[in-house]
Amino acid sequence: MTAPPVLEVKNLNTSFLLPIGEVRALRDISFDVRRGEILGLVGESGSGKSITGFSINGLLSPPGQVMSGSIRLHGQEITGLTPAAMRQLRGAKIAMVFQDPMMTLNPVLKISLQMGDALRAHARLSEREARARSIAALEEVGIPAPEERLDAFPHQLSGGMRQRVAVAIALLHEPDLVIMDEPTTALDVTIQGQILALVQRLCRERGTALIWITHDLAVVAGIADRILVMYAGRIVEDGTIDELLDTPAHPYTRGLIDSVPTREQRGSRLRQIPGRMPALTDIPEGCTFRPRCSFATDACAAPQEMRSLGTRLVRCCHPLTEVSA
Amino acid sequence: MTEFIVKRLLQALLVLAVMTVLVFFGVNVIGNPVYIFASSECDQPCLDAIIKDLGLDRPIWEQYWVFIGNLLQGDLGNSFTHGVPAMSLIWQRLPATLELAFCALVIALTVGLPLGVAAGLRPTHWTSRVIMGFSMIAFSVPIFWIGLIMIIVFSVSLGWMPAVGRGDTVDILGVDLSLFTLDGLHHLAMPAFTLSLIMMAMVIRLTRAGMREVLFSDYIKFARANGIRERRILTLHVMRNILIPIVTVLGMEFGGVIAFAVVVESIFSWPGVGKMLIDAIAVLDRPLIVAYLIFVVIMFVTLNLITDIIYSLLDPRVRLGGNSS
Amino acid sequence: MSGTVAHTAPAPGVWREFFRSPAAIVALATFSGFCLVALFAPWIAPQNPYDLAQVDIMDSLLPPGSESWTGAPYHLGTDGQGRDMLSAMIYGIRISLLVGLVSGVIALAVGTVVGLVAAYRGGWVDTILMRIVDLQLSFPTILVALILLVILGRGVDKIIFALVVVQWAYFARTVRGVALVESVREYVDAAKGLRLGHLRILFGHILPNCLPTMLVVATMQMAAAISLEATLSFLGLGLPPTRPSLGLLIANGFDYLQSGRYWISVLPGLVLLAIIVSANVLGDRMRDTLNPHL
Repeated sequence: MTAPPVLEVKNLNTSFLLPIGEVRALRDISFDVRRGEILGLVGESGSGKSITGFSINGLLSPPGQVMSGSIRLHGQEITGLTPAAMRQLRGAKIAMVFQDPMMTLNPVLKISLQMGDALRAHARLSEREARARSIAALEEVGIPAPEERLDAFPHQLSGGMRQRVAVAIALLHEPDLVIMDEPTTALDVTIQGQILALVQRLCRERGTALIWITHDLAVVAGIADRILVMYAGRIVEDGTIDELLDTPAHPYTRGLIDSVPTREQRGSRLRQIPGRMPALTDIPEGCTFRPRCSFATDACAAPQEMRSLGTRLVRCCHPLTEVSA
Repeated sequence: MTEFIVKRLLQALLVLAVMTVLVFFGVNVIGNPVYIFASSECDQPCLDAIIKDLGLDRPIWEQYWVFIGNLLQGDLGNSFTHGVPAMSLIWQRLPATLELAFCALVIALTVGLPLGVAAGLRPTHWTSRVIMGFSMIAFSVPIFWIGLIMIIVFSVSLGWMPAVGRGDTVDILGVDLSLFTLDGLHHLAMPAFTLSLIMMAMVIRLTRAGMREVLFSDYIKFARANGIRERRILTLHVMRNILIPIVTVLGMEFGGVIAFAVVVESIFSWPGVGKMLIDAIAVLDRPLIVAYLIFVVIMFVTLNLITDIIYSLLDPRVRLGGNSS
Repeated sequence: MSGTVAHTAPAPGVWREFFRSPAAIVALATFSGFCLVALFAPWIAPQNPYDLAQVDIMDSLLPPGSESWTGAPYHLGTDGQGRDMLSAMIYGIRISLLVGLVSGVIALAVGTVVGLVAAYRGGWVDTILMRIVDLQLSFPTILVALILLVILGRGVDKIIFALVVVQWAYFARTVRGVALVESVREYVDAAKGLRLGHLRILFGHILPNCLPTMLVVATMQMAAAISLEATLSFLGLGLPPTRPSLGLLIANGFDYLQSGRYWISVLPGLVLLAIIVSANVLGDRMRDTLNPHL
């Protein structure tokens, strides 16, 4: 374990500089991803999952801006890089796939051109070489008759096919880190499973580090090694998949797990978390989850620091593991 | 694709049939056809001869067939003032108008597109406000007034530009063109620019609106996430999407440009079909007027047809009949 | 105009929002100023330009600031027939605005009826009406107006007719669009449940809710109509020379441009410019504040 992690994020703060003032979207985000590791980034919409992804690959659209903190790729700081240098990282070292496969591919350009452009962004290739590599990439993601598909327009492919193409494009240059932003949310359940298995296999084979962003704990439960739970712009719990699912330490994580329907609970009422996540403009003092937490005490009114509980981290002054122990 | 073209062709023929009926009834029912086809010096026996000659004693539907029959043979009568077939006059004058309209189109695109892109890239910057203000003025102020101001400034006051005529022409494939002589270009510049303003305003608006929409789309974000160079993204990935509505609107408006050429040609005494029409109206050269109207209608319907086909070539979604309404 | 919309007048906040833009205030002042000039033209104009007895050919082509040989001032000069430009322009504004307004109101009425009927009846009525609208809109307005005026000849009534023909389709399509949205709202269902007559539902319930949108489109269309009338008159196709609108005044001055007598064309041109731009700015601002579905 001498090599540094593929990605180290430390005390990352991202804000939107709006006319009404600074809106803090990410607060004090810190985590590592190692080679071959699959990290699940879980949270409700608006919790800052996608912002985290865009902060890493430098594609925050204005007025979004990384305010402070450090992001290191293989130990090298990338927050201060020039736009040109960032571009050279994107696609080559850091790739990203988006949620809606209907929208991720350019509707008026052939697949071959979109793949060719992505290839030539980081390599000098002739038309024929580009085509050969595209076909190989499409084959790898399980697209039948790739030569024909290459000359198709996106709307001629099904949603699942399109997402496979997007995955193929993201993996063209064998990046060290892939960020998947809810890539299966818009797909049918069976297709969802296929894409999950595909991405898991490809990343394991190549040792690619993977950040899988989702609002659905059940989706990453099967493939992730470690899970980060985000709430209102902060990481509230960070642990391995087993300890986090078996003995959640943060009440919010517990709530998320309880809202997943299971066989054991059949007949009983599905548990849910009351209330809703606060808007980023309106974050409460102290523990941000306090207004919805059934375990809240007076101590929760104080700002919560990340606490280390063995191998995991939790942002709660009375973790559930201690209460029950 | 063939089916699409055949369908559009039939639609165009239908519109054409409707328009000939309208022009026919406009000429024969609203106006007195005898006066439209007779010169102003015609006495009573001459009028009777024309009535018989035109077959006005026959039922109206029969007259319509005669009219269509003559039309299909390209026979729209002789011009009173020139004493030659009206259609031959139109063919003779047409190159000047097409040259003017084509140059206006080129100017509108080469100036309008970059301005629209600039306004779309930085929508709140003061330059973009200036550009949009310019587009509003160019769109709403009557072009004859703009042409007039140009004559006052550049011809009368500064004496830089000729205000009248085509200048030297050169014979290219049997057609006289001003475009390829210095003197001709000198004469062409002001009328072409004046005529281009309406289209330019439209190109600016459409480009800006398209930029705002396309720039924030997922597929552009994806292209960036793949490290494709910004210039390539703008010139191909963004532009191809923006060009589709622009090409359509320009194609539809090109007929309008031919119609507006009437105004510009009168101001700058440009010897095209528009100037011919105004001259014909002044001396009541009725066959020439009718010939012009029929000709413009045919050209307009043809242009719409061509636009539809080009549009379908550019946008793969339409070609496959995806959203034909 | 305010009387007809009074019962659905937007909340006062909308007007406050409207006046937040300095450009809109200037535009409103300019436009209402011209309307007042048009309304009171006979009392404001120093001379009646239509009355040949008051025009002296001896005074033709005088530059601005001259005096007639009888000593009367010509603040803005005279034209080729010796008419006082100021008076000619005041009457020109009157005719231009009149033509724009009358044609706009008629086109609005026709288009509204067609649009409402299409939206309310639906089915084949809607299909046929909208096909006609599409066909009409696919031809450039200037071309249609040109054809009509060639057939019809000159005259105030004729140009108004031509302008109505080229404008009604815009209103029809806009009104249909808004009415379609409105006609599925609950209040229409409620009105139908009360067994109110079709006309009552259309004009009493759907129409008032289309008004903000129609106001915006009407303002923009009026600017377009005035501009189109000026263009046609400039070509010698619209109004008779006896009733010169701004466009015709500009055309009259065109012949004198080369000899440097710019004022005959430029002054009416500036007024035309001010009217059209102010109407467009007003329309833009109204769209932003009333925020109709355009």
